Amino acid sequence: MKNTWTIAKRELKAYLYSPIAYILTAFFLLVGGFFFYNILAWANEQTMRMMQSGYPLDRLNINQMLFEPFFNNLTIILMFLLPMLTMRLFADEKKMRTEELLLTSPLRLSSIILGKYLAALIIYTGILLLTVTYAIFVFLYGNPEPAPLLTAYLGLFLLGAVFIAIGLFASSLTENQVIAAVVSFSSILLIWVVSWVGESGPGAWRGILTYLSFFSHFKNMVGGVIDTQDIVYYLSFIFLGLYLTRSVFEFRKWR
Amino acid sequence: MIQVENLSKRFADVLAVNDISFQVEKGMIWGFLGPNGAGKTTTMRILTGYLPPNEGQARINGIDVSSDLAAIKRMVGYLPEVVPVYSELTVKEYLRFVAELYGIERKKRRVAIDRVVERTNLHEVYGRLIKNISRGYRQRLGIAQAIIHEPEVLILDEPTIGLDPAQIIEIREMIRSFKESATVILSSHILAEITQVCDGAVIIKEGRLKATLTRDEWGKNLEISAAVPIEETVCHSLEESFPAVHEARAEDRVLKLEFKETLSDFNPIIKHLVEKDVKIREIKAGLEALYMKVILAEEGRAS
Repeated sequence: MKNTWTIAKRELKAYLYSPIAYILTAFFLLVGGFFFYNILAWANEQTMRMMQSGYPLDRLNINQMLFEPFFNNLTIILMFLLPMLTMRLFADEKKMRTEELLLTSPLRLSSIILGKYLAALIIYTGILLLTVTYAIFVFLYGNPEPAPLLTAYLGLFLLGAVFIAIGLFASSLTENQVIAAVVSFSSILLIWVVSWVGESGPGAWRGILTYLSFFSHFKNMVGGVIDTQDIVYYLSFIFLGLYLTRSVFEFRKWR
Repeated sequence: MIQVENLSKRFADVLAVNDISFQVEKGMIWGFLGPNGAGKTTTMRILTGYLPPNEGQARINGIDVSSDLAAIKRMVGYLPEVVPVYSELTVKEYLRFVAELYGIERKKRRVAIDRVVERTNLHEVYGRLIKNISRGYRQRLGIAQAIIHEPEVLILDEPTIGLDPAQIIEIREMIRSFKESATVILSSHILAEITQVCDGAVIIKEGRLKATLTRDEWGKNLEISAAVPIEETVCHSLEESFPAVHEARAEDRVLKLEFKETLSDFNPIIKHLVEKDVKIREIKAGLEALYMKVILAEEGRAS
């Protein structure tokens, strides 16, 4: 654990000493803010219209009208953003030839991988926490339910954690950061849209492909439902990403 | 002590290291000589535990690199060919990070860092960002990271490459000073460097061990090239005037000398030749002559 932290600390320094973390945060908040504003405006308009047409107001749900579409939009930004956060993790280490320092040190391979994963996860959590400001506004002027908001954040966190695990794996494959970003972005996109194929596919496939897609698991959480099945899905995906990263290093020794 | 027995390493279908065996006694400095791509770096990487061998054994202080990797990594200090530094850190931050990597406790970290800064003379750049320090300092920092955990075996891949002559001398002296506490292996293209610093050398080419030479052997050889063909009489007079000369042969413009024992001072012989009016063009001390013999003999056989 101490060793993992040693690696994570240096990785965090690398993020914070370079402009990447700041630029990504700014980009995320800018685009996120844009979505939030637009969805809020849309929700306001809808509410007004419904009030005018005499729709029972107690049926209107701010969580559903505002936060669900907002979080769904955030996931799209994450798909672009997180590959850019993770692309340097191992690729840069290889390019600068500092990898040899880590791999000839007495640290275990798993500590190195976990340390890097942890650092990216911490940066991501930081960015995510900043979006809480949007929610604070809603709490100031309205009365949304906090519980579904929390599950949505948990879902967002887990989804990001999966993206980072995929990004880490992609970064271990190459010394070129752009390639790493492209590989992780395409993989995330593919696993995302696999549910589309699932919907139109034949019976057995439908179930499997829908299960594999991120989308079907995110839907529950953003709607306020915590299903252990979804948590297991995310955790096994994270484990798979980290395990594959490890395998890349084991394989390279013999190549 | 380093023992390497029948070591082989294969990458895809290339045999990067092919059946190499040698041994380095404790407290010795040994050189790895050979052209680029000869397998020097791969052999070094096996010794550091970075790469596993396909066949054969490599033992450091009796511990096999395949059996106890953690112990090997703690015993070995390694300077790769490209100094593995993070340019966004300061020298201080970097050394602290390396100390943590090697599990040096918080209390002892300060002492360990002070010790390597002292040894590699990094005071001046201690607070600076690594991206702003010169090539010479960067190389010293590379050495500092390799010795921070007081390794018993030090492996240096091309430690003087890309440095200016003054820096080279400085690094060589530093390497010589490590002899007291560690067994050292270094690779180099520069024959003079090996002669000055090392107690022995292995010559590697195309993954194979071509020769193992010791200081004793290369101290017994001298090759002198002249502007005009050398006469037989010069050889005879050398053999008569210097009892240490075992054999003197003239091959056209090249005079080849072999001594009975290791000679530390060639000056009297050079003086003698000047008196005999031999127009000296080039002097190759021991190792250079032996190296050329090994590499050329190899090429001769191939063609």
